[in-house]
Amino acid sequence: MPYTTYLVEKGASHSFVAEAKPPTVTMPRIKALMTGSLPGFVDVVRNLNSPVLLEDNVLRQAAAAGKRIIFYGDETWVRLFPKHFVEHDGTTSFFVSDYTEVDDNVTRHLETVLKRDDWDVLILHYLGLDHIGHLSGPHSPLVGHKLSEMDSVLMKIHLALLSKERASLLPSLLVLCGDHGMSETGSHGASSMEEVSTPLVLISSAFERSPGNARRPRHVQQTDLAATLAIGLGLPIPQSSVGRLLFQVLEGRPMRDQLRFLHLNAVQLSRLLQENVPLYEKDPGFEQFKISERLHGNWIKLYLEENSSEVLLNLGTKVLRQYLDALQSLSLSLSRQVAHYDTYSMAVGAALVLEVFALLLLSIPKALGPAAELDMPLLSPLFSLLFYLMLLGLWAVHVTVCTSTESSCYFCSVSWLVAGTAMVLLSALLCAILSELTKMVGGARRHAGKSLAACLWPWSELDVLIVMGTVGHVLSLGASSFIEEEHQTWYFLVSTLCLALCQDVCRKHFLGCSKEDGAPQGDRREEPGPREADPALRDGAVRCAMLEGTGVCGAASAFEALGSAERQMVLASPWAVLCCCRLLRALNQTGVQGAHRPDLGHWLTRRCSPMSRVVLALGLLGVYCYRAAIGNVMSPWQRGSKDVSKGIMEARFVYVFVLGILFTGTKDLLRSQVAAAGAKARTVGLWEIHSGLVLLAALLLRPHNLPVLVSSLLVQTLMANFIWKPLSHDTAEVTVMHYWFGQAFFYFQGNSNNIATVDISAGFVGLEQYVEGPAVFLTAFATYVGPVLWASHLVNYLSSEASSLPALRHACFCYALVGSVPVSAYVVLVTSLRYHLFIWSVFSPKLLYEGMRALVTAAVCSFFTAADQATLART
Amino acid sequence: MKDPDIKRLLYAHLLCIFSVILSTFIPSIFLENFSILETHLTWLCVCSAFVTAVNLVLYLVVKPKTPSKRSSLSHKVARFLKCCIYFLISCFGFHVIFVLYGAPLIELVLETFLFAVILSTFTTVPCLCLLGPNIRAWLRVFSRNGVTSIWENSLQITTISSIVGAWLGAFPIPLDWERPWQVWPISCTLGATFGYVAGLAISPLWIYWNRKQLTYKNN
Repeated sequence: MPYTTYLVEKGASHSFVAEAKPPTVTMPRIKALMTGSLPGFVDVVRNLNSPVLLEDNVLRQAAAAGKRIIFYGDETWVRLFPKHFVEHDGTTSFFVSDYTEVDDNVTRHLETVLKRDDWDVLILHYLGLDHIGHLSGPHSPLVGHKLSEMDSVLMKIHLALLSKERASLLPSLLVLCGDHGMSETGSHGASSMEEVSTPLVLISSAFERSPGNARRPRHVQQTDLAATLAIGLGLPIPQSSVGRLLFQVLEGRPMRDQLRFLHLNAVQLSRLLQENVPLYEKDPGFEQFKISERLHGNWIKLYLEENSSEVLLNLGTKVLRQYLDALQSLSLSLSRQVAHYDTYSMAVGAALVLEVFALLLLSIPKALGPAAELDMPLLSPLFSLLFYLMLLGLWAVHVTVCTSTESSCYFCSVSWLVAGTAMVLLSALLCAILSELTKMVGGARRHAGKSLAACLWPWSELDVLIVMGTVGHVLSLGASSFIEEEHQTWYFLVSTLCLALCQDVCRKHFLGCSKEDGAPQGDRREEPGPREADPALRDGAVRCAMLEGTGVCGAASAFEALGSAERQMVLASPWAVLCCCRLLRALNQTGVQGAHRPDLGHWLTRRCSPMSRVVLALGLLGVYCYRAAIGNVMSPWQRGSKDVSKGIMEARFVYVFVLGILFTGTKDLLRSQVAAAGAKARTVGLWEIHSGLVLLAALLLRPHNLPVLVSSLLVQTLMANFIWKPLSHDTAEVTVMHYWFGQAFFYFQGNSNNIATVDISAGFVGLEQYVEGPAVFLTAFATYVGPVLWASHLVNYLSSEASSLPALRHACFCYALVGSVPVSAYVVLVTSLRYHLFIWSVFSPKLLYEGMRALVTAAVCSFFTAADQATLART
Repeated sequence: MKDPDIKRLLYAHLLCIFSVILSTFIPSIFLENFSILETHLTWLCVCSAFVTAVNLVLYLVVKPKTPSKRSSLSHKVARFLKCCIYFLISCFGFHVIFVLYGAPLIELVLETFLFAVILSTFTTVPCLCLLGPNIRAWLRVFSRNGVTSIWENSLQITTISSIVGAWLGAFPIPLDWERPWQVWPISCTLGATFGYVAGLAISPLWIYWNRKQLTYKNN
């Protein structure tokens, strides 16, 4: 960028490296630039539906002061500031593959606008560079072209401004800044060094700096721009700004002005501090501010008395330094104050989660027993003395806490009824845990001898892997980079699971052979124990599988019923699943945009009733029409490109069918419950529900994610038919495997632990405008398609098995347990890490995801229970 | 189950450990700028060669009781060729597994393949030396209760520990410490090497510790 470099080096400019706070996505960054505040993550979630910026900001102040603002560029601005611009032309950033049109759209206005004189503020937001980054990374050859294009745009603007300045006397200011950086892969959103560093160049003929003094640019905060702009334009500083004035800008002004501006900024910051911190008077920043204010007063007095200039200058620099220090510490304590924790509410929430988890843990032996009964003894403790004492104590604590502190506490602000319910739940759960514990201790004393023999080592290698994997995953949640890369953890675990399954298959296969051959394979009981044997077997299995197909022989215990071709399938299927997973992993890394409509019909219509088959076919047709209408798929009968509807009709058409299928499924379930229609009706009903969900997913997913859906179905079929059925794994193992695969597919879809990857557009499929209920439901479903589909497959698989009476309950319990382990561990971890550097950038989005996942798990478990009730009614 | 046997095992294993350690020091005498992290690929080749050589020497010296029924030269050559083919197959197999685990498919092929080679050196070469190119024997050793001597037992332990080491070695890769050893194959190869060395060190001790419980049918 030769012209920009020239400007930076010539001296009539100030350049900085502005540090953006994560999340480094466009909207929060624009907010930070304009309001000077630090948007939290909850803001991101809350503002999904009302994107209008309500906080005080520079643009609002400018508009109120009668400045005429013109905006061209990213549409986000228009949504954030709908009424502030006298003229605007928003460009949608939806099609990332386009990087010329978006910029031409902005530049084409430039020529005329620069000639006109009817504006005060012109904002241009160019999207091309960001799109190139998303498309082909920061090292792409396109970047160079784009930068030189931007340089020419900058030159055009600067020259026009200079010629304008000749006419009018006021100097103009040209600000060149970025909202966020770009990581090594070209994306953004996280908190790496490349993403948070953005350029900030202020160019104006008002600045004087000795030329040739190209210092290294200073590091400043992105939020500082708002205060600087406000001062520069002669506007009030936005209310919630935590930024400091960029002091370099003031160099060259008379001392009086400098002090005046610093005083303005300090007053604004100290007001903000007073609003937010109860003990603001003790704050070092505030004390410094008071001192500097007093010094400032002295200086003014001297100034008015017209003392000698040297004394004035000395005192002035002293005041200046004092002000700068005060600003720094004020800004620091304000940024820290944003991370102020509501400990009481956090403690209540964490206690609830942990109690539920402890109760689940304690009831493992009972729930996984043959009877599979899980009766939470919630009712009996309701009458115990302990419960009432607890309740009374908690209530007293609640009242004390809520009346003593002045600062707002979320749990105090909820209605008394909700708080009371939480209290009752808290104490009832505690009592239940206590009673369970006493029961267990009593039981352990009685069965001391028996249990020792039982727990000698009843676990297979697969169980060890599953437990180790779960524990490992939970432990990995303590490290921020493992959270950022959680998908890697799941891919790794799923791959290992596949290899372990392969080992299992091979062992059953080849040991059967060797037994028949009479090789020394007797029942020797010797070390090494199974624990050591586990990876060895896996290793052996690896080798076996490499040489798989070396002949199939004799019958082993588990697959006597299988023919040789099927056995080959059994041997090959873990590898097929592995390959599938590897392909999927590549799919969403590179964002392959293959909009193929896959052939779901064959798989789907296998087990459903004829009626729902017709409905499904029609539904698929509808999905196809929808995709054609919004232009993902070329449809043969498309009449020109001008009638691009939003596909609302088509989407609604599909919704009707989805609802129809779900309805028939539920009807079948209910029928099997009321009349003794037998297991068949129930299975059919469950399958119909499953296929309805698949259909909905096919509608909502992004087009390039449809292969994920197809391979999910493929993997489910493979695993069910060739692994779980022949190898007769027990219910707990199958459940945990379903859970793992669900998690892996959650990430295969392209999700991550970053808010930026949630696909909000799914919430608008088939809706003309934002309707809260359906939009939230659809977005949640589209995000959690993987886990939900796998859970529904689990229900189907288990209920189609013959011995499904305790199985469903076991599965439900295991699912709840496996789902609650990470949640409860994570709550504790986050609480202890709440002063971690990455708490807002990494840990809190993950917490939101975990909370949502807990809700989904709860929904799934209630679905399980419903299916289980159907079983109960039948028997 | 005699102590001299265990002692021989211990010496053999110490020799192997020594060869791994030597492979980190000897090349720096002959090569300039040699270090494990920077010239990692060279080190991989050297280490693999050293360990293979030591294993072959051990095979020739310590355990010459190979099946001497048909010890014609052509048979020996055929056997050797078969071993080589098995070694190559295991290298390629490991490579495929690494790619399935998420190693890059096209870039860093050489690195991935050398990792496969060194893991094969730690696992397949001792197997080939001890058991020969005999799939059935391998299956027997690596099935649950199939070991027939302390040699096979230690083989089992070292193989497992090198594979588990490589598996665990993948964990630091996503961490953002930005250390030179977090680059793709290095942490895994180091993990495999540490696992191998640990297995070599542990197995004689473990066998010695459990010598009362261990009963082998053929001994």
